Amino acid sequence: MENLLNIFIKSIFVDNMVFAFFLGMCSYLAVSKTVKTSIGLGVAVIFVLLITVPVNFMIEKYVLRKGALIWLGDGFGDVDLSFLTFMVFIAVIAAIVQLVEMIIEKFSSSLYNSLGIFLPLIAVNCAILGASLFMQEREYGNVVEATVFGLGSGVGWLLAIVGIAAIREKLKYSNVPDPLKGLGITFIITGLMAIGFMGFMGIKL
Amino acid sequence: MSNHEKEPIFSARNLKLLTGPIGMNNPITVQVLGICSALAVTVKLKPAIVMALSVTIVIAVSNVIIAAMRKYIPDRIRIIVQLVVIATMVILVDQFLKAYAFDVSKQLSVFVGLIITNCIIMGRLEAFAMANKPWPSFIDGIGNGAGYGLILIIVAFFREFLGSGTIFGYPVLEKFGLYSIGYENNGMMILPPMALIVVGLIIWFQRSKNKSLIENK
Repeated sequence: MENLLNIFIKSIFVDNMVFAFFLGMCSYLAVSKTVKTSIGLGVAVIFVLLITVPVNFMIEKYVLRKGALIWLGDGFGDVDLSFLTFMVFIAVIAAIVQLVEMIIEKFSSSLYNSLGIFLPLIAVNCAILGASLFMQEREYGNVVEATVFGLGSGVGWLLAIVGIAAIREKLKYSNVPDPLKGLGITFIITGLMAIGFMGFMGIKL
Repeated sequence: MSNHEKEPIFSARNLKLLTGPIGMNNPITVQVLGICSALAVTVKLKPAIVMALSVTIVIAVSNVIIAAMRKYIPDRIRIIVQLVVIATMVILVDQFLKAYAFDVSKQLSVFVGLIITNCIIMGRLEAFAMANKPWPSFIDGIGNGAGYGLILIIVAFFREFLGSGTIFGYPVLEKFGLYSIGYENNGMMILPPMALIVVGLIIWFQRSKNKSLIENK
């Protein structure tokens, strides 16, 4: 239990997807103009991560890893399909994003309309594929740890995008130099937020 | 009776495709694509250059393949086809790197895989390769890869030089004897936040030179 809490807190603050690894920056920069759409996108990202990370974990453990196919029969013991990892992960992600898109369209068409093109773009959001690849690299012991990692990464991403959206909304009343307006100042502010998040380094529960 | 001649291989239009993304239409600072990897792999020059070359190869070849197939791809599965082409190229590049440049491949770790989700590649496939012939698509791919590589090299240069005092692993500042007079490496530069700030400064610089890029909000 303590280990799970550790993974959760670590993936939100210390290994934050945006501030430590810069994953999901494109949609982060594009959607963060208002807090409302940011919350919507953040929740969609959490949902997609919650499903894709455990599914990819299971596939990696029972199909792709070296020697994973042993449950099919002893002859398959030294089959190593890990070179297919990218293909399989991205296929799973694309399928699940399509599913999430259909669910959101059914249950909340206002959210669907406000997210527009960015909903299908979650499929190519580096944060989603990145979370699966990090999960594979860190070799979590079981599916629960992997799921907690996915959840934490999503929450961390949500925190980042809502934070920058709130700041950008307030920025409208500031005197930003012309060449820095929009993209430039967002980069610099994100850098400052990242420095702030560095304060969480080394936290252990 | 045909009134469209074959466009010469190095026509002015094709040249513009090559040079545009290096400056005015830069994928990172103007189109806002491909940010993720640009920030993460620029701690030192060597991984940055390897990443830039890998991305350029993937964009150029994917562009050509999709442009050659563009009339035969059904619209509904367009994204899936693009993803499959990109993923295949990235798997090839990844295996190549693991075989011939293992230490750099370890440094780049997950970011080689993340080339698949690099928005530049999908962006150029959708915006250009789906509607143009293979040769201009190839040039467009090389151009965008070069623009991306340029920003990567600039950021990596500053981060490595100011953060570790080396260029390409060669301890330049040590040779100049700067350490003996009390100069210290700027440790912050190696950390992620400074990459964001350096790119912000590059954008500031580029937009002051080209007023047309300024956003008016």
